[in-house]
Amino acid sequence: MKRVLSAITALTLMLTLAACGSNGGTTADVSTTAGGTTAAAAPSENADLTGSVSTDGSTSMESVIGALGEAFTEANAKATFTYNPTGSSAGIQAVQEGRCDIGLSSRALKDEEKASGLTETVLAYDGIAMIVNPANTVEDLTVEQIAAIYTGEITNWSEVGGEDAEIVLIGREAGSGTRSGFEEITGTEDACKYRQELTSTGDVITAVAQNPGAIGYASLASVKDTVKALKVDGVTPSEETVKDGSYKIQRPFVLATKDGVELSETAQAFFDYITSGEANEIIVAAGVVPAN
Amino acid sequence: MKSKTNLFETIVHGIFLVLGLITVGCVLLITIYLIISGIPAIREIGLLDFLFGDTWASTAAQPQYGILPFILTSIYGTAGAILLGVPVGFLTAMYLAKMAPKRAKSVMEQAVSLLAGIPSVVYGLVGMMVLVPGIRSLFHIPDGAGLLAAIVVLAVMILPSIIKMSITALEAVPKEYEDASLALGATPEETYFRVSAPAAKSGIAAAVVLGVGRAIGEAMAVMMVAGNAANMPDSLFQSVRFLTTAVASEMSYSSGLQRQALFSIALVLFLFIMLINAALNFFLKGEKKP
Repeated sequence: MKRVLSAITALTLMLTLAACGSNGGTTADVSTTAGGTTAAAAPSENADLTGSVSTDGSTSMESVIGALGEAFTEANAKATFTYNPTGSSAGIQAVQEGRCDIGLSSRALKDEEKASGLTETVLAYDGIAMIVNPANTVEDLTVEQIAAIYTGEITNWSEVGGEDAEIVLIGREAGSGTRSGFEEITGTEDACKYRQELTSTGDVITAVAQNPGAIGYASLASVKDTVKALKVDGVTPSEETVKDGSYKIQRPFVLATKDGVELSETAQAFFDYITSGEANEIIVAAGVVPAN
Repeated sequence: MKSKTNLFETIVHGIFLVLGLITVGCVLLITIYLIISGIPAIREIGLLDFLFGDTWASTAAQPQYGILPFILTSIYGTAGAILLGVPVGFLTAMYLAKMAPKRAKSVMEQAVSLLAGIPSVVYGLVGMMVLVPGIRSLFHIPDGAGLLAAIVVLAVMILPSIIKMSITALEAVPKEYEDASLALGATPEETYFRVSAPAAKSGIAAAVVLGVGRAIGEAMAVMMVAGNAANMPDSLFQSVRFLTTAVASEMSYSSGLQRQALFSIALVLFLFIMLINAALNFFLKGEKKP
Protein backbone atom coordinates (compact mmCIF):
# COMPACT_ATOMS: atom_id res chain seq x y z
CA MET A 1 0.00 0.00 0.00
CA LYS A 2 2.80 2.36 0.97
CA ARG A 3 4.54 1.60 -2.29
CA VAL A 4 1.47 2.31 -4.33
CA LEU A 5 0.96 5.56 -2.49
CA SER A 6 4.51 6.71 -3.03
CA ALA A 7 4.30 5.75 -6.69
CA ILE A 8 1.15 7.82 -7.08
CA THR A 9 2.73 10.75 -5.26
CA ALA A 10 5.78 10.56 -7.50
CA LEU A 11 3.61 10.47 -10.59
CA THR A 12 1.56 13.42 -9.49
CA LEU A 13 4.71 15.35 -8.71
CA MET A 14 6.15 14.58 -12.10
CA LEU A 15 3.00 15.65 -13.88
CA THR A 16 2.84 18.86 -11.89
CA LEU A 17 6.46 19.60 -12.66
CA ALA A 18 5.95 18.86 -16.34
CA ALA A 19 2.93 21.13 -16.42
CA CYS A 20 4.84 23.88 -14.67
CA GLY A 21 7.72 23.44 -17.08
CA SER A 22 5.60 23.81 -20.18
CA ASN A 23 3.69 26.70 -18.68
CA GLY A 24 6.92 28.46 -17.83
CA GLY A 25 8.11 27.92 -21.38
CA THR A 26 5.06 29.43 -23.02
CA THR A 27 4.97 32.42 -20.77
CA ALA A 28 8.63 33.11 -21.39
CA ASP A 29 8.13 32.78 -25.14
CA VAL A 30 5.28 35.19 -25.21
CA SER A 31 6.93 37.77 -23.06
CA THR A 32 9.83 37.79 -25.53
CA THR A 33 7.56 38.25 -28.52
CA ALA A 34 5.34 40.73 -26.77
CA GLY A 35 8.04 42.33 -24.63
CA GLY A 36 9.25 45.04 -26.96
CA THR A 37 5.79 45.78 -28.22
CA THR A 38 3.61 45.80 -25.12
CA ALA A 39 3.27 49.54 -24.95
CA ALA A 40 2.24 49.91 -28.55
CA ALA A 41 0.38 46.67 -29.12
CA ALA A 42 -1.50 45.71 -25.99
CA PRO A 43 -5.13 46.74 -26.09
CA SER A 44 -5.40 49.36 -23.39
CA GLU A 45 -9.15 49.90 -22.96
CA ASN A 46 -11.74 47.36 -21.81
CA ALA A 47 -9.43 46.20 -19.07
CA ASP A 48 -12.32 44.63 -17.20
CA LEU A 49 -13.62 42.37 -19.96
CA THR A 50 -14.67 38.99 -18.71
CA GLY A 51 -15.76 35.93 -20.62
CA SER A 52 -13.93 33.89 -23.16
CA VAL A 53 -12.84 33.80 -26.77
CA SER A 54 -12.61 30.40 -28.39
CA THR A 55 -10.79 29.84 -31.64
CA ASP A 56 -10.46 26.61 -33.56
CA GLY A 57 -8.67 25.66 -36.74
CA SER A 58 -5.49 25.85 -38.78
CA THR A 59 -2.39 24.39 -37.21
CA SER A 60 -0.31 26.72 -39.41
CA MET A 61 -1.73 29.67 -37.51
CA GLU A 62 -0.73 28.33 -34.12
CA SER A 63 2.22 30.64 -33.50
CA VAL A 64 0.48 33.82 -34.61
CA ILE A 65 -2.87 33.22 -32.91
CA GLY A 66 -1.14 31.95 -29.77
CA ALA A 67 0.90 35.15 -29.45
CA LEU A 68 -2.17 37.30 -30.10
CA GLY A 69 -4.19 35.37 -27.54
CA GLU A 70 -1.50 35.76 -24.90
CA ALA A 71 -1.22 39.48 -25.51
CA PHE A 72 -4.99 39.82 -25.31
CA THR A 73 -5.35 37.94 -22.04
CA GLU A 74 -2.39 39.84 -20.60
CA ALA A 75 -4.26 43.09 -21.14
CA ASN A 76 -7.62 41.66 -20.06
CA ALA A 77 -6.72 39.54 -17.10
CA LYS A 78 -10.28 38.33 -16.54
CA ALA A 79 -10.81 37.14 -20.11
CA THR A 80 -9.80 33.67 -21.23
CA PHE A 81 -8.58 32.67 -24.65
CA THR A 82 -8.60 29.18 -26.11
CA TYR A 83 -7.20 27.83 -29.35
CA ASN A 84 -7.88 24.34 -30.60
CA PRO A 85 -5.40 23.24 -33.29
CA THR A 86 -7.59 21.04 -35.46
CA GLY A 87 -6.91 22.14 -39.03
CA SER A 88 -8.52 24.65 -41.37
CA SER A 89 -11.49 22.55 -42.47
CA ALA A 90 -12.24 21.44 -38.95
CA GLY A 91 -12.04 25.04 -37.69
CA ILE A 92 -14.44 26.24 -40.36
CA GLN A 93 -16.80 23.41 -39.46
CA ALA A 94 -16.52 24.30 -35.79
CA VAL A 95 -17.56 27.92 -36.36
CA GLN A 96 -20.41 26.77 -38.60
CA GLU A 97 -21.69 24.53 -35.85
CA GLY A 98 -21.22 27.25 -33.26
CA ARG A 99 -18.60 25.35 -31.29
CA CYS A 100 -16.20 28.30 -31.34
CA ASP A 101 -16.31 32.07 -31.77
CA ILE A 102 -13.75 32.44 -34.53
CA GLY A 103 -12.70 29.78 -37.02
CA LEU A 104 -9.12 29.91 -38.24
CA SER A 105 -8.30 28.92 -41.78
CA SER A 106 -5.01 29.03 -43.63
CA ARG A 107 -6.77 29.09 -46.98
CA ALA A 108 -9.44 31.35 -48.43
CA LEU A 109 -12.93 30.06 -47.70
CA LYS A 110 -14.44 27.95 -50.44
CA ASP A 111 -17.54 29.30 -52.20
CA GLU A 112 -19.73 26.64 -50.60
CA GLU A 113 -18.42 27.63 -47.18
CA LYS A 114 -19.22 31.29 -47.84
CA ALA A 115 -22.63 30.27 -49.15
CA SER A 116 -23.30 28.43 -45.91
CA GLY A 117 -23.17 31.75 -44.07
CA LEU A 118 -19.56 32.45 -43.16
CA THR A 119 -17.62 35.68 -43.55
CA GLU A 120 -13.90 35.75 -44.08
CA THR A 121 -11.58 38.42 -42.73
CA VAL A 122 -7.96 38.21 -43.78
CA LEU A 123 -5.70 38.51 -40.75
CA ALA A 124 -2.33 38.09 -42.40
CA TYR A 125 -0.46 36.62 -45.35
CA ASP A 126 1.86 33.69 -45.05
CA GLY A 127 4.52 33.01 -47.65
CA ILE A 128 5.09 29.38 -48.58
CA ALA A 129 8.80 28.85 -49.10
CA MET A 130 10.13 26.34 -51.62
CA ILE A 131 12.90 24.55 -49.78
CA VAL A 132 15.75 22.40 -51.06
CA ASN A 133 18.79 20.79 -49.53
CA PRO A 134 21.63 23.28 -48.88
CA ALA A 135 23.85 21.17 -51.16
CA ASN A 136 21.56 21.89 -54.13
CA THR A 137 23.05 24.39 -56.61
CA VAL A 138 19.69 25.60 -57.91
CA GLU A 139 18.81 29.06 -56.54
CA ASP A 140 15.82 30.25 -58.49
CA LEU A 141 12.72 28.63 -60.05
CA THR A 142 9.71 30.08 -61.82
CA VAL A 143 6.19 29.20 -60.70
CA GLU A 144 5.80 27.32 -64.00
CA GLN A 145 8.94 25.30 -63.31
CA ILE A 146 7.71 24.47 -59.81
CA ALA A 147 4.37 23.34 -61.22
CA ALA A 148 6.16 21.22 -63.86
CA ILE A 149 8.37 19.69 -61.18
CA TYR A 150 5.45 18.81 -58.93
CA THR A 151 3.35 17.34 -61.76
CA GLY A 152 6.24 15.16 -62.87
CA GLU A 153 7.08 16.87 -66.18
CA ILE A 154 10.51 17.85 -64.91
CA THR A 155 12.14 14.99 -63.02
CA ASN A 156 15.81 15.90 -63.00
CA TRP A 157 17.56 18.85 -61.42
CA SER A 158 19.71 19.26 -64.57
CA GLU A 159 16.59 20.40 -66.45
CA VAL A 160 16.39 23.49 -64.25
CA GLY A 161 20.09 24.24 -64.12
CA GLY A 162 21.20 21.96 -61.29
CA GLU A 163 23.24 18.82 -61.06
CA ASP A 164 22.25 15.55 -62.69
CA ALA A 165 20.11 14.10 -59.93
CA GLU A 166 16.52 12.92 -59.73
CA ILE A 167 14.13 15.34 -58.05
CA VAL A 168 12.45 13.92 -54.96
CA LEU A 169 9.09 15.58 -54.32
CA ILE A 170 8.18 16.06 -50.69
CA GLY A 171 4.81 17.42 -49.69
CA ARG A 172 2.10 17.43 -47.07
CA GLU A 173 -0.85 15.10 -46.57
CA ALA A 174 -4.18 15.61 -48.33
CA GLY A 175 -6.24 18.20 -46.48
CA SER A 176 -3.29 20.16 -45.11
CA GLY A 177 -3.70 23.92 -45.46
CA THR A 178 -0.13 24.32 -46.67
CA ARG A 179 -0.67 21.68 -49.34
CA SER A 180 -3.94 23.07 -50.62
CA GLY A 181 -2.44 26.58 -50.52
CA PHE A 182 0.59 25.48 -52.50
CA GLU A 183 -1.36 23.44 -55.05
CA GLU A 184 -3.87 26.21 -55.57
CA ILE A 185 -1.22 28.87 -56.15
CA THR A 186 0.80 26.72 -58.54
CA GLY A 187 -2.28 25.27 -60.26
CA THR A 188 -1.30 21.69 -59.52
CA GLU A 189 -4.41 20.52 -57.66
CA ASP A 190 -4.71 16.73 -57.63
CA ALA A 191 -1.80 16.43 -60.06
CA CYS A 192 1.20 16.35 -57.75
CA LYS A 193 3.31 13.21 -57.95
CA TYR A 194 4.55 13.20 -54.38
CA ARG A 195 7.28 10.82 -53.39
CA GLN A 196 6.66 11.51 -49.70
CA GLU A 197 3.55 12.91 -48.02
CA LEU A 198 4.44 13.97 -44.50
CA THR A 199 2.13 15.17 -41.78
CA SER A 200 3.97 18.16 -40.38
CA THR A 201 6.10 21.08 -41.48
CA GLY A 202 8.89 19.83 -39.24
CA ASP A 203 8.92 16.43 -40.94
CA VAL A 204 9.09 18.08 -44.37
CA ILE A 205 12.07 20.20 -43.31
CA THR A 206 13.82 17.17 -41.81
CA ALA A 207 13.24 15.06 -44.92
CA VAL A 208 14.53 17.81 -47.23
CA ALA A 209 17.55 18.40 -44.99
CA GLN A 210 18.39 14.67 -45.24
CA ASN A 211 18.18 14.31 -49.02
CA PRO A 212 20.29 16.29 -51.52
CA GLY A 213 17.77 15.72 -54.31
CA ALA A 214 14.67 16.74 -52.40
CA ILE A 215 12.37 19.72 -52.82
CA GLY A 216 9.58 20.58 -50.43
CA TYR A 217 7.36 23.42 -49.30
CA ALA A 218 6.87 24.89 -45.86
CA SER A 219 5.50 27.94 -44.18
CA LEU A 220 8.05 30.76 -44.53
CA ALA A 221 7.98 31.41 -40.79
CA SER A 222 9.16 27.91 -39.94
CA VAL A 223 12.02 27.56 -42.43
CA LYS A 224 15.30 26.84 -40.66
CA ASP A 225 18.97 26.95 -41.62
CA THR A 226 19.06 23.22 -42.31
CA VAL A 227 17.36 23.85 -45.66
CA LYS A 228 17.65 26.50 -48.37
CA ALA A 229 14.68 28.61 -49.45
CA LEU A 230 14.58 29.14 -53.23
CA LYS A 231 13.81 32.38 -55.02
CA VAL A 232 10.61 32.22 -57.02
CA ASP A 233 10.55 34.19 -60.29
CA GLY A 234 13.71 35.88 -59.03
CA VAL A 235 12.13 37.07 -55.79
CA THR A 236 13.57 36.02 -52.44
CA PRO A 237 10.84 34.98 -50.02
CA SER A 238 10.68 37.47 -47.16
CA GLU A 239 8.15 39.52 -45.26
CA GLU A 240 8.53 42.48 -47.60
CA THR A 241 8.17 40.48 -50.79
CA VAL A 242 5.14 38.64 -49.42
CA LYS A 243 3.49 41.87 -48.34
CA ASP A 244 4.04 43.75 -51.60
CA GLY A 245 2.81 40.71 -53.51
CA SER A 246 5.98 40.23 -55.56
CA TYR A 247 6.61 36.83 -53.98
CA LYS A 248 4.04 34.67 -55.71
CA ILE A 249 3.63 31.65 -53.45
CA GLN A 250 1.66 33.00 -50.52
CA ARG A 251 -1.67 32.35 -48.85
CA PRO A 252 -4.02 34.21 -46.55
CA PHE A 253 -4.62 33.50 -42.87
CA VAL A 254 -8.35 33.89 -42.54
CA LEU A 255 -10.67 34.52 -39.60
CA ALA A 256 -14.03 32.91 -40.28
CA THR A 257 -17.11 34.20 -38.49
CA LYS A 258 -20.74 33.34 -38.85
CA ASP A 259 -23.07 35.80 -40.59
CA GLY A 260 -25.88 37.14 -38.46
CA VAL A 261 -24.47 35.78 -35.22
CA GLU A 262 -23.12 38.51 -33.00
CA LEU A 263 -19.84 37.78 -31.30
CA SER A 264 -19.74 38.04 -27.55
CA GLU A 265 -18.34 41.33 -26.25
CA THR A 266 -15.04 39.69 -25.43
CA ALA A 267 -14.77 37.88 -28.74
CA GLN A 268 -15.61 41.08 -30.60
CA ALA A 269 -12.95 42.96 -28.63
CA PHE A 270 -10.42 40.28 -29.54
CA PHE A 271 -11.47 40.35 -33.20
CA ASP A 272 -11.19 44.15 -33.36
CA TYR A 273 -7.86 44.08 -31.56
CA ILE A 274 -6.20 41.64 -33.97
CA THR A 275 -7.64 43.10 -37.17
CA SER A 276 -7.27 46.81 -36.35
CA GLY A 277 -3.53 47.00 -36.93
CA GLU A 278 -2.93 47.48 -33.20
CA ALA A 279 -1.43 44.03 -32.93
CA ASN A 280 0.58 44.10 -36.13
CA GLU A 281 3.92 43.97 -34.36
CA ILE A 282 2.93 40.71 -32.69
CA ILE A 283 1.80 39.32 -36.04
CA VAL A 284 5.12 40.29 -37.59
CA ALA A 285 7.00 38.73 -34.69
CA ALA A 286 5.19 35.47 -35.41
CA GLY A 287 6.70 35.45 -38.88
CA VAL A 288 3.75 36.40 -41.07
CA VAL A 289 2.71 39.60 -42.78
CA PRO A 290 -0.27 41.52 -41.35
CA ALA A 291 -3.08 42.33 -43.78
CA ASN A 292 -4.35 45.49 -42.10
CA MET B 1 -20.21 -9.91 12.66
CA LYS B 2 -20.63 -12.42 9.92
CA SER B 3 -23.21 -10.41 8.05
CA LYS B 4 -20.90 -7.42 8.19
CA THR B 5 -18.12 -9.38 6.48
CA ASN B 6 -20.60 -10.59 3.90
CA LEU B 7 -21.76 -7.08 3.19
CA PHE B 8 -18.17 -5.92 2.84
CA GLU B 9 -17.41 -8.78 0.46
CA THR B 10 -20.48 -8.03 -1.61
CA ILE B 11 -19.41 -4.42 -1.95
CA VAL B 12 -15.88 -5.37 -2.96
CA HIS B 13 -17.29 -7.86 -5.45
CA GLY B 14 -19.50 -5.16 -6.85
CA ILE B 15 -16.58 -2.79 -7.27
CA PHE B 16 -14.55 -5.40 -9.09
CA LEU B 17 -17.49 -6.22 -11.29
CA VAL B 18 -17.92 -2.57 -12.22
CA LEU B 19 -14.21 -2.22 -13.00
CA GLY B 20 -14.40 -5.31 -15.19
CA LEU B 21 -17.47 -3.97 -16.94
CA ILE B 22 -15.67 -0.71 -17.71
CA THR B 23 -13.16 -2.61 -19.84
CA VAL B 24 -15.85 -4.60 -21.59
CA GLY B 25 -17.81 -1.39 -22.07
CA CYS B 26 -14.85 0.32 -23.72
CA VAL B 27 -14.40 -2.54 -26.17
CA LEU B 28 -18.10 -2.56 -26.99
CA LEU B 29 -18.23 1.20 -27.34
CA ILE B 30 -15.28 1.30 -29.73
CA THR B 31 -16.60 -1.62 -31.76
CA ILE B 32 -20.07 -0.16 -32.10
CA TYR B 33 -18.73 3.31 -32.85
CA LEU B 34 -16.40 1.97 -35.55
CA ILE B 35 -19.14 -0.06 -37.19
CA ILE B 36 -21.65 2.77 -37.11
CA SER B 37 -19.22 5.33 -38.46
CA GLY B 38 -17.51 2.95 -40.87
CA ILE B 39 -20.53 1.54 -42.68
CA PRO B 40 -21.95 4.71 -44.36
CA ALA B 41 -18.89 5.41 -46.52
CA ILE B 42 -18.65 1.78 -47.59
CA ARG B 43 -22.32 1.95 -48.57
CA GLU B 44 -21.80 5.11 -50.55
CA ILE B 45 -18.62 4.01 -52.28
CA GLY B 46 -19.59 0.36 -52.70
CA LEU B 47 -17.84 -2.47 -50.90
CA LEU B 48 -16.00 -3.79 -53.95
CA ASP B 49 -14.89 -0.36 -55.18
CA PHE B 50 -13.73 0.44 -51.67
CA LEU B 51 -11.81 -2.76 -50.96
CA PHE B 52 -10.47 -3.42 -54.46
CA GLY B 53 -10.17 0.05 -55.96
CA ASP B 54 -6.54 0.80 -56.67
CA THR B 55 -6.67 4.60 -56.52
CA TRP B 56 -6.96 6.74 -53.42
CA ALA B 57 -7.48 10.44 -54.15
CA SER B 58 -9.60 11.65 -51.28
CA THR B 59 -9.32 15.40 -51.86
CA ALA B 60 -9.37 15.38 -55.68
CA ALA B 61 -12.16 17.10 -57.58
CA GLN B 62 -13.35 13.60 -58.51
CA PRO B 63 -12.57 11.80 -55.27
CA GLN B 64 -11.65 8.14 -55.45
CA TYR B 65 -11.61 5.91 -52.43
CA GLY B 66 -9.91 2.62 -53.26
CA ILE B 67 -7.97 1.12 -50.39
CA LEU B 68 -6.40 -1.89 -52.10
CA PRO B 69 -2.96 -0.19 -52.06
CA PHE B 70 -3.24 0.25 -48.28
CA ILE B 71 -4.41 -3.32 -47.68
CA LEU B 72 -1.64 -4.79 -49.83
CA THR B 73 0.95 -2.51 -48.23
CA SER B 74 -0.13 -3.54 -44.75
CA ILE B 75 0.03 -7.22 -45.72
CA TYR B 76 3.40 -6.94 -47.49
CA GLY B 77 4.88 -4.76 -44.79
CA THR B 78 3.79 -7.10 -42.02
CA ALA B 79 4.92 -10.17 -43.92
CA GLY B 80 8.30 -8.56 -44.54
CA ALA B 81 8.69 -7.64 -40.90
CA ILE B 82 7.81 -11.20 -39.87
CA LEU B 83 10.24 -12.61 -42.44
CA LEU B 84 13.06 -10.50 -41.00
CA GLY B 85 12.01 -10.43 -37.36
CA VAL B 86 10.94 -14.02 -36.64
CA PRO B 87 14.23 -15.81 -37.44
CA VAL B 88 16.21 -13.24 -35.49
CA GLY B 89 13.73 -13.25 -32.62
CA PHE B 90 13.39 -17.03 -32.46
CA LEU B 91 17.14 -17.66 -32.49
CA THR B 92 17.69 -14.96 -29.88
CA ALA B 93 15.04 -16.56 -27.69
CA MET B 94 16.63 -19.98 -28.17
CA TYR B 95 20.02 -18.59 -27.14
CA LEU B 96 18.62 -16.77 -24.12
CA ALA B 97 16.40 -19.60 -22.94
CA LYS B 98 18.82 -22.49 -23.37
CA MET B 99 22.39 -21.55 -24.09
CA ALA B 100 23.31 -18.14 -22.71
CA PRO B 101 25.49 -17.87 -19.60
CA LYS B 102 23.60 -16.36 -16.70
CA ARG B 103 25.14 -12.89 -16.86
CA ALA B 104 24.82 -12.55 -20.62
CA LYS B 105 21.21 -13.64 -20.29
CA SER B 106 20.30 -11.08 -17.68
CA VAL B 107 21.96 -8.24 -19.61
CA MET B 108 20.36 -9.24 -22.90
CA GLU B 109 16.95 -9.69 -21.37
CA GLN B 110 17.18 -6.20 -19.91
CA ALA B 111 18.09 -4.88 -23.35
CA VAL B 112 15.10 -6.63 -24.93
CA SER B 113 12.78 -5.13 -22.30
CA LEU B 114 14.22 -1.70 -23.00
CA LEU B 115 13.65 -2.17 -26.72
CA ALA B 116 10.00 -2.91 -25.95
CA GLY B 117 9.74 0.31 -23.95
CA ILE B 118 11.05 2.69 -26.62
CA PRO B 119 8.17 4.86 -27.88
CA SER B 120 7.30 4.31 -31.52
CA VAL B 121 7.90 7.95 -32.41
CA VAL B 122 11.55 7.41 -31.44
CA TYR B 123 11.76 4.41 -33.76
CA GLY B 124 10.33 6.64 -36.46
CA LEU B 125 12.74 9.46 -35.76
CA VAL B 126 15.80 7.20 -35.83
CA GLY B 127 14.42 5.59 -38.98
CA MET B 128 13.99 8.99 -40.58
CA MET B 129 17.42 10.32 -39.62
CA VAL B 130 19.52 7.17 -40.04
CA LEU B 131 17.73 4.39 -41.90
CA VAL B 132 16.17 6.40 -44.74
CA PRO B 133 19.38 8.20 -45.77
CA GLY B 134 21.21 4.87 -45.28
CA ILE B 135 18.91 3.03 -47.69
CA ARG B 136 19.21 5.91 -50.15
CA SER B 137 23.00 5.76 -50.33
CA LEU B 138 23.24 1.97 -50.04
CA PHE B 139 20.97 1.27 -53.01
CA HIS B 140 21.76 4.46 -54.97
CA ILE B 141 18.13 5.48 -55.26
CA PRO B 142 16.81 9.06 -55.14
CA ASP B 143 14.92 8.58 -51.88
CA GLY B 144 15.12 5.96 -49.15
CA ALA B 145 11.68 6.37 -47.62
CA GLY B 146 9.45 3.48 -48.61
CA LEU B 147 8.33 -0.09 -48.02
CA LEU B 148 11.80 -1.43 -47.19
CA ALA B 149 12.47 1.21 -44.53
CA ALA B 150 9.07 0.49 -42.96
CA ILE B 151 9.74 -3.25 -42.98
CA VAL B 152 13.08 -2.82 -41.22
CA VAL B 153 11.59 -0.51 -38.58
CA LEU B 154 8.66 -2.89 -37.99
CA ALA B 155 10.98 -5.89 -37.78
CA VAL B 156 12.93 -4.24 -34.98
CA MET B 157 9.72 -3.17 -33.24
CA ILE B 158 8.24 -6.66 -33.13
CA LEU B 159 11.45 -8.30 -31.87
CA PRO B 160 10.72 -7.83 -28.14
CA SER B 161 7.29 -9.44 -28.23
CA ILE B 162 8.56 -12.37 -30.30
CA ILE B 163 11.63 -12.89 -28.10
CA LYS B 164 9.75 -12.67 -24.80
CA MET B 165 6.88 -14.96 -25.82
CA SER B 166 9.30 -17.49 -27.32
CA ILE B 167 11.49 -17.53 -24.21
CA THR B 168 8.44 -18.23 -22.06
CA ALA B 169 7.38 -21.02 -24.38
CA LEU B 170 10.85 -22.58 -24.54
CA GLU B 171 11.37 -22.40 -20.79
CA ALA B 172 8.02 -24.13 -20.22
CA VAL B 173 9.20 -27.26 -22.08
CA PRO B 174 9.44 -30.02 -19.45
CA LYS B 175 13.05 -30.72 -18.55
CA GLU B 176 12.39 -34.47 -18.85
CA TYR B 177 12.01 -34.17 -22.63
CA GLU B 178 15.43 -32.59 -22.93
CA ASP B 179 17.06 -34.95 -20.44
CA ALA B 180 15.69 -37.95 -22.34
CA SER B 181 17.02 -36.60 -25.60
CA LEU B 182 20.43 -35.88 -24.11
CA ALA B 183 20.52 -39.35 -22.50
CA LEU B 184 19.91 -40.90 -25.90
CA GLY B 185 23.12 -39.28 -27.10
CA ALA B 186 21.83 -36.16 -28.88
CA THR B 187 24.01 -33.06 -28.61
CA PRO B 188 22.54 -30.06 -26.73
CA GLU B 189 21.99 -28.18 -30.02
CA GLU B 190 20.13 -31.13 -31.56
CA THR B 191 18.04 -31.37 -28.42
CA TYR B 192 17.08 -27.67 -28.47
CA PHE B 193 16.13 -27.57 -32.14
CA ARG B 194 14.62 -31.05 -32.52
CA VAL B 195 12.97 -31.51 -29.11
CA SER B 196 12.49 -28.20 -27.29
CA ALA B 197 11.43 -26.13 -30.30
CA PRO B 198 8.75 -28.60 -31.53
CA ALA B 199 7.46 -28.96 -27.96
CA ALA B 200 7.14 -25.17 -27.71
CA LYS B 201 5.73 -24.66 -31.18
CA SER B 202 2.27 -23.41 -30.24
CA GLY B 203 3.82 -20.79 -27.95
CA ILE B 204 6.19 -19.74 -30.69
CA ALA B 205 3.34 -19.57 -33.18
CA ALA B 206 1.52 -17.34 -30.71
CA ALA B 207 4.63 -15.15 -30.55
CA VAL B 208 4.58 -14.78 -34.33
CA VAL B 209 0.90 -13.87 -34.33
CA LEU B 210 1.52 -11.32 -31.61
CA GLY B 211 4.26 -9.86 -33.79
CA VAL B 212 1.86 -9.68 -36.73
CA GLY B 213 -0.63 -7.85 -34.55
CA ARG B 214 1.93 -5.34 -33.37
CA ALA B 215 3.25 -4.75 -36.91
CA ILE B 216 -0.12 -4.30 -38.58
CA GLY B 217 -1.32 -1.88 -35.92
CA GLU B 218 1.75 0.38 -35.82
CA ALA B 219 1.19 3.86 -37.22
CA MET B 220 3.56 6.50 -35.93
CA ALA B 221 6.94 4.97 -36.76
CA VAL B 222 5.73 3.78 -40.14
CA MET B 223 4.30 7.17 -41.03
CA MET B 224 7.72 8.73 -40.61
CA VAL B 225 9.64 6.34 -42.87
CA ALA B 226 7.24 4.89 -45.45
CA GLY B 227 6.82 8.01 -47.61
CA ASN B 228 3.00 7.87 -47.38
CA ALA B 229 2.17 8.31 -51.06
CA ALA B 230 -0.86 6.18 -51.91
CA ASN B 231 0.97 3.94 -54.40
CA MET B 232 0.50 0.26 -55.13
CA PRO B 233 3.35 -1.53 -53.35
CA ASP B 234 5.04 -2.91 -56.46
CA SER B 235 8.63 -2.44 -55.35
CA LEU B 236 10.54 -2.52 -52.07
CA PHE B 237 11.62 1.09 -52.60
CA GLN B 238 8.18 2.38 -53.49
CA SER B 239 6.73 5.12 -51.31
CA VAL B 240 3.69 3.47 -49.73
CA ARG B 241 0.88 4.08 -47.25
CA PHE B 242 -0.29 1.55 -44.67
CA LEU B 243 -3.87 1.12 -43.41
CA THR B 244 -2.91 2.75 -40.13
CA THR B 245 -1.09 5.69 -41.67
CA ALA B 246 -3.91 6.23 -44.16
CA VAL B 247 -6.19 6.91 -41.21
CA ALA B 248 -3.69 8.84 -39.12
CA SER B 249 -2.28 11.11 -41.79
CA GLU B 250 -5.54 12.46 -43.17
CA MET B 251 -7.80 12.38 -40.14
CA SER B 252 -6.88 15.77 -38.70
CA TYR B 253 -7.89 17.75 -41.77
CA SER B 254 -10.59 15.54 -43.23
CA SER B 255 -14.24 16.29 -43.75
CA GLY B 256 -17.39 14.73 -45.20
CA LEU B 257 -17.12 11.50 -47.15
CA GLN B 258 -13.33 11.56 -46.80
CA ARG B 259 -13.65 11.39 -43.01
CA GLN B 260 -16.25 8.65 -43.21
CA ALA B 261 -13.98 6.69 -45.55
CA LEU B 262 -11.18 6.99 -43.01
CA PHE B 263 -13.48 5.41 -40.42
CA SER B 264 -14.17 2.65 -42.91
CA ILE B 265 -10.43 2.05 -43.27
CA ALA B 266 -10.23 1.86 -39.48
CA LEU B 267 -13.05 -0.70 -39.56
CA VAL B 268 -11.13 -2.83 -42.08
CA LEU B 269 -8.03 -2.58 -39.90
CA PHE B 270 -10.12 -3.51 -36.87
CA LEU B 271 -11.39 -6.62 -38.66
CA PHE B 272 -7.82 -7.59 -39.54
CA ILE B 273 -6.79 -7.27 -35.92
CA MET B 274 -9.84 -9.25 -34.74
CA LEU B 275 -8.78 -12.05 -37.10
CA ILE B 276 -5.26 -11.95 -35.71
CA ASN B 277 -6.61 -12.07 -32.14
CA ALA B 278 -8.75 -15.05 -33.03
CA ALA B 279 -5.65 -16.76 -34.44
CA LEU B 280 -3.74 -15.93 -31.26
CA ASN B 281 -6.48 -17.45 -29.09
CA PHE B 282 -6.47 -20.53 -31.27
CA PHE B 283 -2.72 -21.06 -30.82
CA LEU B 284 -2.81 -20.37 -27.08
CA LYS B 285 -5.64 -22.85 -26.59
CA GLY B 286 -3.68 -25.39 -28.61
CA GLU B 287 -0.83 -24.98 -26.17
CA LYS B 288 -2.94 -25.86 -23.14
CA LYS B 289 -4.47 -29.03 -24.51
CA PRO B 290 -1.60 -31.57 -24.47
